[in-house]
Amino acid sequence: MSDIRQAREALVSRILEGAGKALPSERRAAFNNSGLAGTVGSLVDKVAKYAFRITDEDFGAAMASGLSEDKVFEIVVCASVGQANRQYETALAALETAAGKE
Amino acid sequence: MRLRILDSGHGLGTKALFALIRTVSRQPVLDVIKLVRYRADFYGRPMSAVTQETMRGHSTWSIGDRELMAAYVAKTNQCEFCTKAHSAVARAAYHEGQKVSAILPDLDIAIIEEPLRATLLMLGKLTREHSVDVDDVRAVLAAGASRQQIEDALAVCFSFNVIGRLADAFGFSVPGPEAFEAGAKYLLARGYR
Repeated sequence: MSDIRQAREALVSRILEGAGKALPSERRAAFNNSGLAGTVGSLVDKVAKYAFRITDEDFGAAMASGLSEDKVFEIVVCASVGQANRQYETALAALETAAGKE
Repeated sequence: MRLRILDSGHGLGTKALFALIRTVSRQPVLDVIKLVRYRADFYGRPMSAVTQETMRGHSTWSIGDRELMAAYVAKTNQCEFCTKAHSAVARAAYHEGQKVSAILPDLDIAIIEEPLRATLLMLGKLTREHSVDVDDVRAVLAAGASRQQIEDALAVCFSFNVIGRLADAFGFSVPGPEAFEAGAKYLLARGYR
């Protein structure tokens, strides 16, 4: 196929570096699941590790900390893409070792 | 959905589109469509470009195979919305309703080609444990999948590890089977753009 490299890089670049309501540093921290404390950090960690356990209370707590819905939207998107991206890159590295560089 | 902006924060043009979808399909607008249409420049458009290439770009995996992978990744993530949605697309793409429902519950006993079985097992491990190692990939190569097929499958896994997380995090409502059948027809006819 189907080389998704360019499209994936464009997605990551857009959500981390493009215009947004959350600060770029907040979006990158969510993407990396690193450096966000409190209820927002807990929500990001849940998105990355077990999103199916997220509850209304998790969102309520994040917004009670002062985040707007748009900021929560961006941070959750960044956390999801970041976790999927780490998994993808780990697997690609294993493939490269197993099959050799192309 | 857990964020009101994703339910009702769209512009007038998008709201008109949703009304048209409801009228033509006689089904509610799926929450995944509401998500990709909200501030589409931030997430929806760039993600749709990834997903379209992944699911409808050239690959030696069939569209049914790739939709089955999407459903399997979703099932592993315990994402009910995506499991039902992509099971419906896989069933329609394969033209074999029983095949998908026979494979998803237990890969070990399912009647399925070995390269596809090994690939699904690897995607399951990657999704469940968040990593795979060289031996996991070698097992898929030994089962007969090509390097390119593995790369293509990993792209499917990437897309649905994003989308499934968002479905669960934002609290997508899970409609009845008719809505998923209508969505499956649309995705087969038009793709993910």
